[in-house]
Amino acid sequence: MSALWADTPLRGRVLAAVLLAAFLAAPLIADRYLISVLILVLYFAYVGQAWNLLMGFAGQLSLGHALYLGIGAYVAAALWIHFGVGPWLGVFAAIPIAALGGAFIGWLGWRFSIEGVYFALLTIAFAEFTRIGFDHWDFTGASAGFFLPIGGEAAAQWWNLGGGPLLFYYVALALATGATGLIAGLRRSALGYRWLAVREDAEAARALGINIFRARMAAMLISSSMTAVAGVFYAFYYRNLFPAQVFDIGRSIELILAPIIGGLGTVFGPIVGALILTPLGEALIAATQRLGLDAPGTKAVFYGLALMVIIWLRPNGVWPWLAGVLGIRSKGP
Amino acid sequence: MLLVEELDLFYGDAQALDRVSLSVDPGSIVAIVGANGAGKTSLIQTIAGMHRPARGSIRFRGTEIGGLPSHRVCNFGIGQVAEGRQIFPTLSVNENLEVGAMLPRARGQRAQNRERVFALFPRLAERSRQSAGTLSGGEQQMLAIGRCLMGAPELVMFDEPSLGLAPNVVHDVLKTIRELNIDGLTCVLVEQNVAVSLKLASRAYVLETGRITLSGSGSALLADDRVRQSYLGL
Repeated sequence: MSALWADTPLRGRVLAAVLLAAFLAAPLIADRYLISVLILVLYFAYVGQAWNLLMGFAGQLSLGHALYLGIGAYVAAALWIHFGVGPWLGVFAAIPIAALGGAFIGWLGWRFSIEGVYFALLTIAFAEFTRIGFDHWDFTGASAGFFLPIGGEAAAQWWNLGGGPLLFYYVALALATGATGLIAGLRRSALGYRWLAVREDAEAARALGINIFRARMAAMLISSSMTAVAGVFYAFYYRNLFPAQVFDIGRSIELILAPIIGGLGTVFGPIVGALILTPLGEALIAATQRLGLDAPGTKAVFYGLALMVIIWLRPNGVWPWLAGVLGIRSKGP
Repeated sequence: MLLVEELDLFYGDAQALDRVSLSVDPGSIVAIVGANGAGKTSLIQTIAGMHRPARGSIRFRGTEIGGLPSHRVCNFGIGQVAEGRQIFPTLSVNENLEVGAMLPRARGQRAQNRERVFALFPRLAERSRQSAGTLSGGEQQMLAIGRCLMGAPELVMFDEPSLGLAPNVVHDVLKTIRELNIDGLTCVLVEQNVAVSLKLASRAYVLETGRITLSGSGSALLADDRVRQSYLGL
């Protein structure tokens, strides 16, 4: 980790420190609404890191990360409601179950050479039929929804992840910061180099003695585990779960936008993407509501346009370009 | 060191290798010559564990390695410099070399191996932070060889190392292979440049439509009428 810090140029260190300090201090001036937007920013930065690990580093397109999000959310919620097991403990059940799902999809795809778009279709399919399964599973409320108690005693117990926006804000900040540190470390690890090699040219990596299957599987396990943690956060933040929302393909799509716009395969891309996209999207919603236009598809249209603009102007994402402008270039190898 | 016996390889119904046998002595250079589609690359890739042979055995230092996956074969000390170089263009020179040192046998000594590669190819040291895609063809070939050496191989199979390179660069690459050989590296060389590879080789095999049709010392093959007619155009 210290080597990692030493490899980061001074301006990069300053930027990272300023950004972290700004986020830590934001609640001093931000109102409730702004905090709720910042929570979303941090949430999308976090899940963006998780997805970017699999796509940006290991080169495997998943359009079904809602699966791991949903599994994480439902496992933690069910443990809490049915067995009284709190989320700080429940997350350790949610992670292996989601990772197992990821491992199965990865095994199916990579063992039988289902590559590229077909692999992406596989990930969508699993998210979809898990959604249908949960729609009919009464244990977790089926399609009528699964609700965590709001208000009362539990609502103010931080040890059960209940409380005001500030609690969730700092939890989300810790998640996003931790994930960024983890990804930055992995990027320079032996595993990270294996991922890059497999992403760039799988056959060439194989000729060098890299076990492609194992490298991809490691990315899948870490990515799905991280996403499951976001699911636990989601469940206790929103306190209601509907299969049609949690497992929806829209969920899978919204979490890939920040890394694509910020810069695939970069450590800071997902953060930059989330910082740009989420506030703009929320502002747009607020503006249309104020104008009395209640158009439900506004955000989706905005995301679509944002993608088009970025692919047209900065196909590598905003961060590589921004880093160039700010004079931040990695000193590393 | 390497002993291949009665190797059969099929792609679906098509037979790519037909009872191929060859042996490589430690410290030697063995050339494999043949026309396009004769099965040279298939042979190398099968030895490297990238294809599963239907029959036959591949033994390296007495251990059967036929049918093992490539990451295990590589860790025995068998490296390959694949046809067309296959460097990772968006990664830097350093990162390309790092990827070559992922084998368990090579992890511990990667600093020394990097020194060795840089001593062999000073150009790579100069460009160590440049992305590999910006290197010239000859430099990319040096990088491909250097990356392979990072895996601490005892035997390296070179597949068309001079393909697409300028004549003076071809000379450099072949000189490098000879130097590595003098330093103790065992080499298998597949070359379109038949005359040069036969001169370098202590032993050579002619591969035709998946079969070994001729073998002998490099100089004997160089003098053989059939080789002269078919591959040297004499």
